[in-house]
Amino acid sequence: MGANIYKNKKQLVFFLLPAFLFMIVYLYYPFFMNIINSFEKIGRLGTAPKGWNDPWYLNYVNMVTDKNMHTAMINTLIMMAVTIVGQVGIAIVLAILVDNIGRGARFFRTVYFFPIVISATALGLLFNLIFLYNKGMINQLMERLGATELMDWKAKGIALVTMMIPVMWQYVGFYFVILVTGLNNISEDLYEVASIDGATRWQRVRYITIPLLRNVMCTCAVLAVTGALKVFDLPWVMFPKGMPQGSTFLTGTYMYYHTIEAMNVDYGSAIAVVIVVLGIVTSKVVNAIFKEADY
Amino acid sequence: MKKKKKIPPGTVLIYGVLTMWAVTTIYPIVWVVLNSFKAKDKIIVDSFSLPLGDLFTTANYKMAFDRLGIFTAYRNSLIISCSVAAAVILMAGMASFGLVRYQFKLRGTLMSLVVAGMMFPVFSTIIPVYQMQSRMGITASNSLFLNLLCVILPQIAGNLSFAIVVLTGYIKSLPIELEEAAYMEGSNAFQTFFKVVVPLTKPSFATVAIFSFLWSYNDLFTQMFFLRNKKYWAITRLMQMLTSKEGTNYGLMASTVSLVVIPVILVYIFLQKYIIKGMTAGAVKG
Repeated sequence: MGANIYKNKKQLVFFLLPAFLFMIVYLYYPFFMNIINSFEKIGRLGTAPKGWNDPWYLNYVNMVTDKNMHTAMINTLIMMAVTIVGQVGIAIVLAILVDNIGRGARFFRTVYFFPIVISATALGLLFNLIFLYNKGMINQLMERLGATELMDWKAKGIALVTMMIPVMWQYVGFYFVILVTGLNNISEDLYEVASIDGATRWQRVRYITIPLLRNVMCTCAVLAVTGALKVFDLPWVMFPKGMPQGSTFLTGTYMYYHTIEAMNVDYGSAIAVVIVVLGIVTSKVVNAIFKEADY
Repeated sequence: MKKKKKIPPGTVLIYGVLTMWAVTTIYPIVWVVLNSFKAKDKIIVDSFSLPLGDLFTTANYKMAFDRLGIFTAYRNSLIISCSVAAAVILMAGMASFGLVRYQFKLRGTLMSLVVAGMMFPVFSTIIPVYQMQSRMGITASNSLFLNLLCVILPQIAGNLSFAIVVLTGYIKSLPIELEEAAYMEGSNAFQTFFKVVVPLTKPSFATVAIFSFLWSYNDLFTQMFFLRNKKYWAITRLMQMLTSKEGTNYGLMASTVSLVVIPVILVYIFLQKYIIKGMTAGAVKG
């Protein structure tokens, strides 16, 4: 870039300082402080640490035997699987279908994307009404279809499913849009050549679309697993405090539970550290699985 | 575009599947809006009929306005989200301009700091941020301004990285000749930035502003930490309370959800191009 008109370093500092000061004070400093916090004794939020834990890694040892932490980890891993298979999977199917139609593509894009702009809190309330025991939308519908007993969607066995359906549903449109953009980048000529050679619609999808979409799918999968780690609002509204009996805790909601409800801030910090590590590890794994081949 | 032939049976099937998913995204919202006009005991027995005749009531909305104080919460939400959006585009815009146009040693390092900043989940920063703001003396105060500020500051930080990543992309694609022309006419760097660069990248600034606004408007987690007093609650915090305190008042829940969702949908319909671009732009870059 021939930017020899911009040489004044004082001006440069003026441009950069506000944003970077903010990021250092509000992102980098807290991030490292959080790691330190996880080794300290801190009670309620806002109180000063009362020295170091003994041993300093005590919280991490406790996690190994913490049943709720196990549940939260397992649920989060399930959530990741659900987001990859459910969100990205459904999004791929919908994107490929939309790519095969002429009219209405824009309409579907608008409609599929819009749950994302709505706050997860509002959706939590909405799905509370939908899954209400006595009697929300689903149970009323089932009654009309002839069910004699009401289904308790928040009971222990099924609560996790009830929680994951709305989370999954909300973000399908997000991956749909990314994938459709990827599909539009595939040259139309390839399909035409394939048609001339007698490829069926399915063969075109299988041997052209999916291989060429692989990198986009990889991006989506990484976003899906890191997104699954960030889920908080909707589960907390539908199933506060991991109810029933801590069976719906995710790492995020469990971290909040310890920080605010259980007033055990250092343990909350330690869970936050685990969330970061989990995010790094899983996105590396996903990258390795999906990106092995280079086209 | 594809060649047009006679409608094959596969196409009918494709439209069928696509429409089915569209129904799952539209119908729940329509359902809750319709039910917000019904009494709470009707919602749980007769939720599929239209709210006509005897079924129709606006009592749920009266309750939301009078008892719940939804307007105050709206106002607080708007103050928070507008401040976040404005601060983000100003700071991120300036930083992006500096990063793109100036040549300096630390540029690569700073850029990777920005990208890495996108990876921090809010969980990993919120506790120290609380401690820090509590030492600054701005948490749990009796001032509306300070309470909202407690939410605004961390939310700005949460959006900056993303905004810089998107905006550097756009500013890079601007031809530098225009800025050189401005320089020749005696404009200094600040004038060039505000009078040449900002107007030229308006759509991308709009995209970033909308994204930051929506993200902030929809975020519950930060509000749960900092807005403890009912007087200062913003809209998502108010809704969260509904589930615990008014768990059986289904009518009030339906009307509140409608009141929160309908403005967003209206805005979405008009600005969807920018919104969809904004929410996926950072993602595609990874």
